Amino acid sequence: MDRIPILKLGRALLVTVQVDMHDRLAMALEEDLSAKIVTTGARGVLIDISGLEIVDSFMGRMLDTIAAVSRLLDADTVVVGMRPAVAITLVELGLSLNGVKTALDVDRGMALITGDYGHASEGSEDLEDSDDRGEG
Amino acid sequence: MIVARDDTLVIRNPDDVVRVRQEVRARAVAAGFGLVDQTKIVTAASELARNTLDYGGGGKARIEVVQNGARKGLRLTFEDQGPGIPDVELALKDGYTTGGGLGLGLSGARRLSNEFQIHSVVGEGTRVTIARWK
Repeated sequence: MDRIPILKLGRALLVTVQVDMHDRLAMALEEDLSAKIVTTGARGVLIDISGLEIVDSFMGRMLDTIAAVSRLLDADTVVVGMRPAVAITLVELGLSLNGVKTALDVDRGMALITGDYGHASEGSEDLEDSDDRGEG
Repeated sequence: MIVARDDTLVIRNPDDVVRVRQEVRARAVAAGFGLVDQTKIVTAASELARNTLDYGGGGKARIEVVQNGARKGLRLTFEDQGPGIPDVELALKDGYTTGGGLGLGLSGARRLSNEFQIHSVVGEGTRVTIARWK
């Protein structure tokens, strides 16, 4: 059976979702992730969905479930890289993913997990860091 | 209203749901839909195709490219011979589900469409038609 690879990135785990997830693949990911959180002691899970053209309620439910399970295992989940059209559609669909933290990209998601907001608050007024969308 | 193109796909397994999404995306791009409109109609199609599979036990998706005067659009019809929906009004409420989902499939698909019709007979099946105009 296919499985989605989970990479360890510092104190976090990184999952890149690029393919359409089926029920079995989603369930395998939930199980693999929770096991890996425990064995690695990861403090957070980054789920990169920049490759996804749509997120429907099935996928939304999976993200919510992963976030809830991770929380019980003392890890934060941050969904990163959501496309603007996907965000607009999700809200209209009625799915605001309230239980899930989001960030614009992997760097910002990692900052949320490590509590290191240094890039965004200090230093020069870098255009890339000048907004506050998508977090929290 | 002119039907410029008319395709029907079978929905029997999760791979077919993916195929429906891809086909709807291709038709929406060809009809000149913008990215947000494409995303909305493909997401609505995904919800309804999954309903057809999960609740209707499989069925068919009909994808029509339609033109009404100068307006181009897509009309999608999802049809199954499943158990039907006893209370359509209730099924259209946010959060109503019998299948362990989020209960956003029907109501969400309605919000993502410009036109929405549902016809369901208990013991015979369900037909949902949506349209989105460019």
